[in-house]
Amino acid sequence: MTTTKTPSTAKPPTAPWRTSISERWNNLSRFQQWVILIPVVVLIFALPWLNPPILTTEPGYDFSIAMFDVARYCLIAIGLNVVVGQAGLLDLGYVGFFAIGAYVAALFTSPDSTLWKIPYLAAVPLAMAITMVFGIILGSPTLRLRGDYLAIVTLGFGEMVRLFADNVDALRGNRGFSNIGAPPGTRENGEPLFVNFDGKPWYVLCVAVIIIVLILAGNLERSRVGRAWVAIRDDEDAAELMGVPTFKFKIWAFVIGAAIGGLSGALYAGQQGFMNNQKFDVLTSVLFLAAVILGGSGNKVGVLLGAFVVAYVPLRFLSIAEWKFMIFGVALTILMIFRPQGLLGARQRLLAYGRQAYQRLVGRGEMVSSDTAMSAEKGGLMNGGSGAPK
Amino acid sequence: MHHVVSSAHILAQESDSWINTDTFIDLFWANTIGGLEYGSIYALIALGYTLVYGVLKLLNFAHSEVFIYGAYATWFTFFLLGFRPGPTPELATGELIAFLLLAVVVAMLVSGTTALVLERVAYRPLRNRGAPRLAFLITAIGASLVLQQILFLWRGGNAEQAIRLLRPETLFTVGSASIQNLTIIIVVASILMWLVADTFVNRTRFGRGIRAVAQDPETATLMGVNKERIIMLTFVVGGLLAGAAALFYMMKIPQGAQYNGGFLLGIKAFAAAVLGGIGNLRGALLGGLLLGVIENHGQALFGGEWRDVVAFVLLVLVLMFRPTGILGESLGKARV
Repeated sequence: MTTTKTPSTAKPPTAPWRTSISERWNNLSRFQQWVILIPVVVLIFALPWLNPPILTTEPGYDFSIAMFDVARYCLIAIGLNVVVGQAGLLDLGYVGFFAIGAYVAALFTSPDSTLWKIPYLAAVPLAMAITMVFGIILGSPTLRLRGDYLAIVTLGFGEMVRLFADNVDALRGNRGFSNIGAPPGTRENGEPLFVNFDGKPWYVLCVAVIIIVLILAGNLERSRVGRAWVAIRDDEDAAELMGVPTFKFKIWAFVIGAAIGGLSGALYAGQQGFMNNQKFDVLTSVLFLAAVILGGSGNKVGVLLGAFVVAYVPLRFLSIAEWKFMIFGVALTILMIFRPQGLLGARQRLLAYGRQAYQRLVGRGEMVSSDTAMSAEKGGLMNGGSGAPK
Repeated sequence: MHHVVSSAHILAQESDSWINTDTFIDLFWANTIGGLEYGSIYALIALGYTLVYGVLKLLNFAHSEVFIYGAYATWFTFFLLGFRPGPTPELATGELIAFLLLAVVVAMLVSGTTALVLERVAYRPLRNRGAPRLAFLITAIGASLVLQQILFLWRGGNAEQAIRLLRPETLFTVGSASIQNLTIIIVVASILMWLVADTFVNRTRFGRGIRAVAQDPETATLMGVNKERIIMLTFVVGGLLAGAAALFYMMKIPQGAQYNGGFLLGIKAFAAAVLGGIGNLRGALLGGLLLGVIENHGQALFGGEWRDVVAFVLLVLVLMFRPTGILGESLGKARV
């Protein structure tokens, strides 16, 4: 795989202000980072109670539920980011995993279902486990092949899940499942804590889950697995030559992404309290993808930002809600041309314990950066000599 | 597409068993002929996927929108000619042929132009910047969404009301199959279109350019092939074929002009292309026809609601057991 064009053409210049912020952040010690992070996290947790005047979506849309929606999108974006951003696999059927998670939660907790009932908190890990199984079923035939096949198969998969939801009697089609379970807990007045008209407890739960998932995904990213993903994303052939079992790690990325999708689906089903076949179309998948790509795939802060934009803007400005698919479609197309790495590009830390080592070496925070999924040059599309088909 | 319920389905509905072998046997010929009809439409759309894939190694998701623009063009041609939703008008044969020819020309032009604009506006800037594969796929999805939303915001979410020019009439029967005038027109015209495309790619100067670029873009450029022009041409040819498919589709399913109506057809046509061997023109024809027939039989066996699942399952099976398709991937292979 020789490339005649230098990769630098694909790598856009980094904005100076952002470099300085990320550099300054990396120069801080872990303790200082936590000192800054904890108040920010507290502030984020408190958002639905603060209901800040400009940020609020009321009177058009209940702010606490809007914030839960935003948090849900953030969780989805983190999950999809593992697949798209870190491993460089294009998953267009993510809504399928989301739907499976939601349906598992509904099937095992709703009185409308004929299955035996389990507590909601037990249904959530079950939902994750079942989506993982689906991830393996879908991933094993396709991940051995070219990336494009994965894209179309996942696109079809999303649609198939919807068709099953429509046509399998046990899934109750349009009638759906009502009274889906919720985590235990009561308010002072004895009413249940988790109700579907109040987004606050769900929001707090979802943000807590996001933080846990972020920490776990961050650890994974810095581990052998994460390095394998980066290697696969940047050049699969080279990774394979270097002895990375690419198929195995691609399956892992796909399955972990699926599990997070299932988790967010289960949370969504719980919050809604009612689940039918109406919410899982392909456009939603594309919206999920837009969340990851807009913010900057491969960058956790970026995807959170992207998810916030995709979920929040249509709720805040209800007048443009009808235009949202158009807007995000145009944004995706334009972004790929002018800023393929998204609003905030990826910054992959390659060394597991590299911070200290790098600091000792250079005297400042590590800036080991790898190309993003978007700026890594890969062959096959006539970009100068690479990947000539046989 | 989900709204399309064929006669086979209505007969198949009333049965308790999960698999309906009786219907399958009773309607074997009817379903085979009906499958060829759908299949030839799939084949024409699949050609667009195959050509672009062969030349650019790009999965052009927006091709389904290129097709549906053709369907809208057909509908508007009928509308502007003064036809309205309602009973099928009585037309002289000459008139009918003239109107259908006009519609197919308009549909082909609209689809071809859409494909050309798509290539210029969305894909070309990416090529110039040497963007990675993933960026192309995401652009394809984004462009597909934009094209779809233009229709949605302009014409709304509902399908255009059916305008039918040609009343389906049974000409003769073969076994359980009744051969309609529509069937013959669609199948014969599609195969003719395919022949033209195949001759174009295999016998003409431009076609040689397409094959050269598919085989090795660098060497082709060195040999004096204008790569950019060939890529444009490939998109336009794919678009023209999709436009023709759109007319046949609108003759078969007059209520088919809906903003997202191209999506499922696009996936199926892609599945057909993979089944036959993507990048291979003969594969697209074989895959399309096979998929149409298998889909119809699948519907007879499992019930109409599973019709759309058949194509997807088939796609996954092909990818598992024979990822190069039945005839292999060969657009680039030089043939004398």
